[in-house]
Amino acid sequence: MADPVIDIEGLRFAWKSGPQVLDIEAFRVDAGERVFLRGPSGSGKSTLLGLIAGVLQPQAGRIRVLGEDMSTLAAARRDRLRADRMGVIFQMFNLVPYLSVTGNVLLPLRFSQARRKAAGNDPQAEARRLLARLGLQDESLLERRVSDLSVGQQQRVAAARALIGSPSLVIADEPTSALDADARDRFINLLSEEVERSGATLLFVSHDASLAGLFTRAADLTTMNRAGAPA
Amino acid sequence: MTALFSLAWSSLLNRKGSVILTILAVALSVALFLGVEKARSGAREGFENTISGTDLIVGAPTGTVNLLLYSVFRMGSTTAEVSWPTYRQIAERPDVAWTVPIALGDSHRGFRVMGTTTAYFDHYKYGGGQPLELAEGALFDDLFDAVIGADVARDLGYTLDTPLILTHGLGAADLGSGHENRPFRVSGILKPTGTPVDRTVHVSLEAITAIHVGWETGAKNPLADSIPTEMIRSFDLTPKTVTAIFVGLERKGTILTTRRQINTNRGEPLMAIIPGEALRELWGVTSIAERALLAVSGFVIAVGLVSILTSILTSLNERRREMSILRATGARPGHIFSLLVLESGLIGFMGALIGIVIVHSVFAVVAPMLQARYGVAFGSGGPGLLDLYVLGAVTFASLVIGAVPAIAAMRRSLADGLSVRL
Ligand SMILES: Nc1ncnc2c1ncn2[C@@H]1O[C@H](COP(=O)(O)OP(=O)(O)O)[C@@H](O)[C@H]1O
Ligand SMILES: [Mg+2]
Repeated sequence: MADPVIDIEGLRFAWKSGPQVLDIEAFRVDAGERVFLRGPSGSGKSTLLGLIAGVLQPQAGRIRVLGEDMSTLAAARRDRLRADRMGVIFQMFNLVPYLSVTGNVLLPLRFSQARRKAAGNDPQAEARRLLARLGLQDESLLERRVSDLSVGQQQRVAAARALIGSPSLVIADEPTSALDADARDRFINLLSEEVERSGATLLFVSHDASLAGLFTRAADLTTMNRAGAPA
Repeated sequence: MTALFSLAWSSLLNRKGSVILTILAVALSVALFLGVEKARSGAREGFENTISGTDLIVGAPTGTVNLLLYSVFRMGSTTAEVSWPTYRQIAERPDVAWTVPIALGDSHRGFRVMGTTTAYFDHYKYGGGQPLELAEGALFDDLFDAVIGADVARDLGYTLDTPLILTHGLGAADLGSGHENRPFRVSGILKPTGTPVDRTVHVSLEAITAIHVGWETGAKNPLADSIPTEMIRSFDLTPKTVTAIFVGLERKGTILTTRRQINTNRGEPLMAIIPGEALRELWGVTSIAERALLAVSGFVIAVGLVSILTSILTSLNERRREMSILRATGARPGHIFSLLVLESGLIGFMGALIGIVIVHSVFAVVAPMLQARYGVAFGSGGPGLLDLYVLGAVTFASLVIGAVPAIAAMRRSLADGLSVRL
C-alpha cells in the first residue's frame, strides 16, 4: 500500500500560553484522495493546516506529510517541502496586491526549482492554461491589478497558483466562504477536476457541512479533536 | 535573488507615492551633503589653482590671509603700501630672481584695476604653472593702454580699442569722482583662466601714477583735470608706492631665510608670505565651519536613512497578509528578510543616485555663477570617486537599516503561520 500523504498520530498543539487547540489521536489522508474536513469556526482548522504545511510545530505527536516527519524536520527543510510539493489556498485576500494575475499564479515558481521544472518551459502558457481551466479565459484579465478582480475571480487565481508546477498536496482553508452558493459549487468542482487531473491530493477545510458531498471523503474535526470539546 | 529583486521592485512600485517621497528625502539629504563637500573642495581647488610659481608675496604688515586675499584674489583692501625705494631694495636682493610690483585701489565698472609691469604677464602663473596668454591684441605699450581679463571683455562687451574710464576707489558705478579726463584704451584681451585675473583690468604702474596726478592728498584736487594729458606724459611717472610685490627666488631653498630677512627688514616694516602657506592658514580659519557644515549634512543623511526605516516599518502592518501569502507559496524566512532589505536598499540606492544627479545639475548651473561673482573656478565638475563612495555608503547603510523591519517581518511571519488574524 502507498504511503499516506498525511499521517497524524497523537498530535497536540497549543498556541503560545494558550489553551490546547488540537489533540488528534489519528488522521490520515491517502494519495489521490479529496478530503473534506469540517469544523466550526475557531475549532482549529487553520491551525491544523499550518501544522501540515510545516509553518507550525506540534508540541507532541507525529505528523508525517508526503513521507517527511514534519515534527522533527528542520524549519528550512519544511519550507522546502512546502515550496516544492504543496499548494495553499486561503479563505480570502489570497493575492499579492502588487503582482498581476499571472504574476500571482507564477509566484510559487520563484521559490521552487522543482515547481519551475514541473511547470514546463513556458510557465506563462501554463499559468494561462490553468486560469482558463478554472474559468478565467479572458486574456484582458491577466495583466489586470488583482484588486480589480471579484472575490470569486481572486479565489480562482489562488487555485491556479496552488496548482501550478503540479504539487502533490493542495490544502484549502475555507476558500469558498466568501462566495455565493452557485459560485461556491462551481469553484469546488473546477478545483477538484484540476486536482484530479494533476494527480494531486486535496485537503479542504470548511465550517460549511453542506459541501461534504463534493469530495471523495468527509471528516469532522470536532469528533477527532479531543481538545475541541469545550470543558 | 533576481526573483526577489523583481518582487521588491514591484512592491515599491505598488507603493509609489510614499516610496517616491522617501526617495526624495534621501536624495535631498545626499545632495546637501555632496553639495557642501563639493563646494568646499571645489573652492579649495579653485583657490589653490589661482596662483603658482610665485615664491613670496610682500606687502605692508597686515594679516597673512588678508595680504593673500587682496593681492591675489582681489578681495578686501589695504591702506598701507610699500614705498618705491623699499621695493627696489627687494628687487635688487641677490637671492631674488624676479619681482612684479602691483598697485591696487581703482576700479572699472565693478572690476578691479591693477597697475603692474609687463613682467607680470611673464611670471604670474596659475593652475599647474600655466602662463597668462593673450587672446588678442598686445600688452600695454602706451601709457593709457589696458589689458583686460576674459570676463571683463565678455561682461562689458569690450573689444580691442574700446575706450574705458577708471573709477577712483572700488565703487561699482562711474560716479563723478573718477578719472574721466584720462581715458584708457583696450590694447589686449587675455584668454580665460578661471582665476580672478579674468576679472581684472591691467594697466601699467605709470598709468596709475598718471591718473592720480592731482590726487596727492587722497582726494581730487579741483585743478587736477586742468593738467593736460600731454604734459603728464612728460612727468616722471615712477610710482611713490606699490600695494604688494610678487617675488620669485633664484633658489627655492632660500625661501624661509629670505622671508625672515624681509619680515625683519630694518627701516620700513614689511611682511612676506608664502602663498601655499597662507592658503593653508585660510583653510585653518574656514575648516571649523566646514567641518560643522559637513557634520550637519551628515546628520541630514542619517535623517534620510531613518525616513526609509519609518516608511518600511509603517508599511509592515498592512503587509502582514502579503508576508503570509509569500510564506504559503514557499518563501523561506530568509526570503522575507531579503525582500525587505532589498526594498530598503533600492530606496537608498535610488535616493543617492538622484541626489548625485541633483547636485551635479545644480553645480552645472551655479558654478559659472560663482566664478562670475568671485572669479574662482570650481574644481573639476564631473561625477567623481566621492559620488561613487557616497552612493555605495548610502546603499550599504540602507541595506543595513533595512534589517530592522526585515527581522521584524520575518519574526512575525514565523509567529503568524498561515493564519493571520486581521
Ligand atoms: N496566530 C495565532 N496566535 C494565537 N492564537 C491563534 C492564532 N491563530 C489561531 N489562534 C487560536 O487558535 C484557535 C483555533 O483557531 P483557528 O485554527 O484559526 O480555527 P479555525 O480555522 O477553525 O476557525 C482559536 O482559539 C484562535 O484564537
Ligand atoms: Mg480558519
